[in-house]
Amino acid sequence: MSEAVTPLNGARYEGLATIADAGLTGMITLRGDLASAEVKAAVKQAVGLGVPEQRQALMGQGTAAFWMSPDELLLICAYDGVAETIATLEEALKGQHFLAVNVSDARTYLHISGAGARETLAKLCPVDLAPHAFTPGMFRRTRMAQIPAAFWLDDRGVFHLICFRPVADYAFGALRDAALPGGEVGVYR
Amino acid sequence: MSTRLATGGRLLDRSRRCEFSFNGKRMQGHAGDTLASALLANGQMLVGRSFKYHRPRGIVASGAEEPNALVGLGEGARFEPNQRATTTELFDGLTCVSQNHWPSLETDIGAVNTHLARFLPAGFYYKMFIHPRPFWKHVYEPFIRQSAGLGRASNPGDPDRYEHFHFFCDVAVIGGGVAGLQAALTAAEAGAKVLLMEQTAHWGGRAPVDGGDIDGQPAADWIAATLAKLQDMPHVTLRKRCMGAGVYDHGYLLGYERVADHTPGTNAPRHRLWRIRAGQIVTATGAIERPLSFAGNDIPGVMLAGAVRDYAVDYGVSIGDRTVVVTNNDDAYRTAITLKKLGLEIPVILDARQSGGGALADEARSMGIRVENGKGIAKVKGGKRVTGVAICAQAGEGAVLEEIACDAVAMSGGWSPVVHLWSHCGGKLLWDEASAHFRPDPAHPPRGAKGEAFVIPAGAANGAGDLASVVADAHGAGQAAAKAMGHTAKGKAPTASTSPEAAMEPVWLMPQGAGMKLRMKAWLDYQNDVKVSDVQLAAREGYESVEHAKRYTTLGMATDQGKLSNINGLAILSDAVGQPIPQTGITTFRPPYTPISLSAIAGGARGPVFQPVRKTPMHSWHEAHGAHFEPVGQWRRPYCFPKGEESHREAVSREITQTRARLGLLDASTLGKIIVKGPDAGKFLDMLYTNMMSTLKPGRCRYGLMCNENGFLMDDGVVARIDEDTFLCHTTTGGAEAIHGHMEDWLQCEWWDWKVYTANVTEQYAQVAVVGPKARDTLAKLTNADIGNDALPFMGWADLTLAGMSVRAYRISFSGELSYELAVPASQGRALWDALLEAGAEYGVTPYGTEGLHVMRAEKGFIMIGDETDGTVIPQDLNMQWAISKKKDDYLGKRAQERAHMADPNRWKLVGLETLDGEVLPDGAYATAPGHNANGQRKTQGRVTSTYHSPTLGRGIAMGLVLHGPDRMGEVLDFPKLDGGIVKARIVDPVFYDKDGEKQNV
Repeated sequence: MSEAVTPLNGARYEGLATIADAGLTGMITLRGDLASAEVKAAVKQAVGLGVPEQRQALMGQGTAAFWMSPDELLLICAYDGVAETIATLEEALKGQHFLAVNVSDARTYLHISGAGARETLAKLCPVDLAPHAFTPGMFRRTRMAQIPAAFWLDDRGVFHLICFRPVADYAFGALRDAALPGGEVGVYR
Repeated sequence: MSTRLATGGRLLDRSRRCEFSFNGKRMQGHAGDTLASALLANGQMLVGRSFKYHRPRGIVASGAEEPNALVGLGEGARFEPNQRATTTELFDGLTCVSQNHWPSLETDIGAVNTHLARFLPAGFYYKMFIHPRPFWKHVYEPFIRQSAGLGRASNPGDPDRYEHFHFFCDVAVIGGGVAGLQAALTAAEAGAKVLLMEQTAHWGGRAPVDGGDIDGQPAADWIAATLAKLQDMPHVTLRKRCMGAGVYDHGYLLGYERVADHTPGTNAPRHRLWRIRAGQIVTATGAIERPLSFAGNDIPGVMLAGAVRDYAVDYGVSIGDRTVVVTNNDDAYRTAITLKKLGLEIPVILDARQSGGGALADEARSMGIRVENGKGIAKVKGGKRVTGVAICAQAGEGAVLEEIACDAVAMSGGWSPVVHLWSHCGGKLLWDEASAHFRPDPAHPPRGAKGEAFVIPAGAANGAGDLASVVADAHGAGQAAAKAMGHTAKGKAPTASTSPEAAMEPVWLMPQGAGMKLRMKAWLDYQNDVKVSDVQLAAREGYESVEHAKRYTTLGMATDQGKLSNINGLAILSDAVGQPIPQTGITTFRPPYTPISLSAIAGGARGPVFQPVRKTPMHSWHEAHGAHFEPVGQWRRPYCFPKGEESHREAVSREITQTRARLGLLDASTLGKIIVKGPDAGKFLDMLYTNMMSTLKPGRCRYGLMCNENGFLMDDGVVARIDEDTFLCHTTTGGAEAIHGHMEDWLQCEWWDWKVYTANVTEQYAQVAVVGPKARDTLAKLTNADIGNDALPFMGWADLTLAGMSVRAYRISFSGELSYELAVPASQGRALWDALLEAGAEYGVTPYGTEGLHVMRAEKGFIMIGDETDGTVIPQDLNMQWAISKKKDDYLGKRAQERAHMADPNRWKLVGLETLDGEVLPDGAYATAPGHNANGQRKTQGRVTSTYHSPTLGRGIAMGLVLHGPDRMGEVLDFPKLDGGIVKARIVDPVFYDKDGEKQNV
């Protein structure tokens, strides 16, 4: 490994919400029969988590598993641990029909935190972000302004958002504009 | 003169003054004023000139229905035309100008049109200006454009910002009047999540003006108490200055919030577009008063009776000292009573009903007001201002009985429920004979996916009359909405005042027998200058359908969309064609309810985030090195890298020459990369590509063509087999997403039992093409791996460690040179690029752009999707039979390509084209053939698909599709240029350079 850099290179903006580059993170697309015992076991072995339900995010220590579609999960691990995690999956799923592929570098990964995080996202994504509607452990693939994106919420109230790497500047710019002071909507209470 | 009263004005803060200007004249108002009330308080009744006849026009209404008081608001980059003064909140420093006048509002030359009115009837433009035909474009239209039209376009550089907001609720209530408040309260108390929107800056609607008690409290107190209750509920969201703009399928609702129109210069976004998903939508949108159609009803000083009352009560403004009230219903008596109580004169109330009014009429009489039943206005006297009215019998033809001096006329033709939002998504209407208005038909509401109703009208918007029925109806609406969302509504509607009123009587023309002269001065649509006589003429000329009559006369087509004129107009039309009103029907209501700003629709999409731009990991290097970019889909790719004063063409030539001679680098990261894996992956790719892919050996690459099921070529690229089960398919840059979708479409919908998974990994990798005779030497400096021709032959790939990075090297070439495409994880792309630049420095490494790529591929006769193909080209047209497997039973497009037309030997085929004098053929030029076709055009026999100057060959080269082209080598074709000249070009082999591939196979 040499000189791996994120497209935003540690960028950060503090407004109604704090938008921050979350840094390099291991991400693996896993496609397979999510109901099968083999996939469940493989996911458990690889990231120590179960298979998430529809729109669910399961989070562990430095790992996570997200429901992407009826036959696709996104697994999170350390950036340096991707090859090992994929090897674990391949070993566990030997003989099964599946696909495990590294997508860590295909993504831009951002943290959105602070009091205005929900409103910031709700300005860009057609998702119900009311506190009772979007709770920790939820995962949503959606649209953020004009780009595809997905986000989940952790127990500390921080939103984690991923989108494609080439549109990092757009994503950061759109989020920053949505978090500009003066734009408080004031609907979540 | 209109003026400010010494007291009153419940919405005003008289302690706060606001300075503003109108047409450069400095004026003063108070916080709480609308621009309209402030103008009236300053005696400014005349606010504009009408669209067609340039007649003086004054303020008619007090709300969103206002047709006349449109101003150009603000200055410079903030200037905005057609802003309604009645819905513009006054702020300190506001500047505005009136519209559609020349040279000035007071003295307008166009007003001469009013004297020509009898020569400017409906359809005048259609009839007059159709002959002679060329005159329209060059004479008539420029003249008409100069004299007609409303505001001027705004200026570029709007400094404000705008945004969207997505919101979800069980029940969205539109309208914050008594009905909206009650419906929201009922639904919220049942447990529903409620959004209540009010378009103005104040809650309560008309009730505080019109009076009455609810729950034993005066309306204003009940409003305050209800609002306090709603504010205490955490599941209720209240939004002022937020208009329900449009209702769409599945409970989608647009709200238009004017966040900072009244506080310019703050850091808040100016407008916010709410994109709402509501389970149920309650339209508590109230009602709009109708004008009466009498001669001179557009003279400044003639106003809706409700508006006169609003200005007095809400803003402490009197429209005149002597106000004549003319009505066909009891409500207008409230205006007379209100004004009288304020000490103003009501010379007479003209009640068009022979039988007169009820309790309110008695109250007026008891106050000493003269009331005349069965009477109406024959004509209003005055020019820029009302000076009096001529009274007549409503039943007659307009013989003047008496003239009464006055300076204001308050008119009421009854109230029309605001059914717009109910109707947007298909709600039907009923004609209510008793109230002479259309109201929502409960049997035909807008319906959702399961056939369920999702819009519920409430209060006056549902045709409810007095306060008691409004509150009861709204409570019912709130209950129904809550119930539809699974909540149980409890409680009863509050009791409220009833006001027994005498029945209204429809009056569509005043007097009913008005002659032509009067009808020509009786306005229906103020903004578009449509009169009673115009609609009658349209009917006589056969425009009997309401939609036709609307378009012929332009009735209801102005920026107010006929809020005041629609019902009156269609009543006149119905009368003219002799059918009842419901049979005539009504024109379609479409969103938005009132115009919303384009900026709000655009939201945040401006400046750097106008559109997403996809950038490769090397993008910032390209920028820093002067790349001239071109858009390729949403990517920006370097077209070339000009140095110093170099032209683009010079830069491209330098890049190609250096690459062919020694070493070039191309950022190829944008190429689509799709992983296809599974036991059936080979079988799947055999169906997708025209070639045989299943026989490809791991470690090898194969170029393939992809057709759609109609046989047309849609994409091409190199497929690498990674292992037994796994392929990597390279697609064109623009095709990545579409091809991935195409694959999933076939896998999910047709071959769902095939074991294949795909993943689009385009963004995962940065890819650099290292191209030229020194390519291998350069790589050898960075890796210890064996990259010799035997270890890594042409069309092979290998995983290497190169410059300390894990690199996958594909030995493929789109340039005809020795070439490696190196893929690394995107996060290392820049590091790889930098390492290659450093290693290649001794060979004069030259990054090249897309134009160099295009020219080099054309020199080699390689096709480009989108140049040689245009959606109508099949591989056979491009002589690519070699890439079509004969062994396969099937592939997508195979059967289509067997159809007679596709197998026709007369289809144009790919050839090379070499100009005789070395010049470059124009792109897209056609080769002419002898003779002319049925349209008198030259016949053609071919066209240019790609054309460039080749620095390698020092001449223009081109590819094209030509009739029987491959059989006509050496023939010379004529390609006419747009400027009239002809370029002659010889048909040649499309491979111009290194036909045997000696340069790439080293």
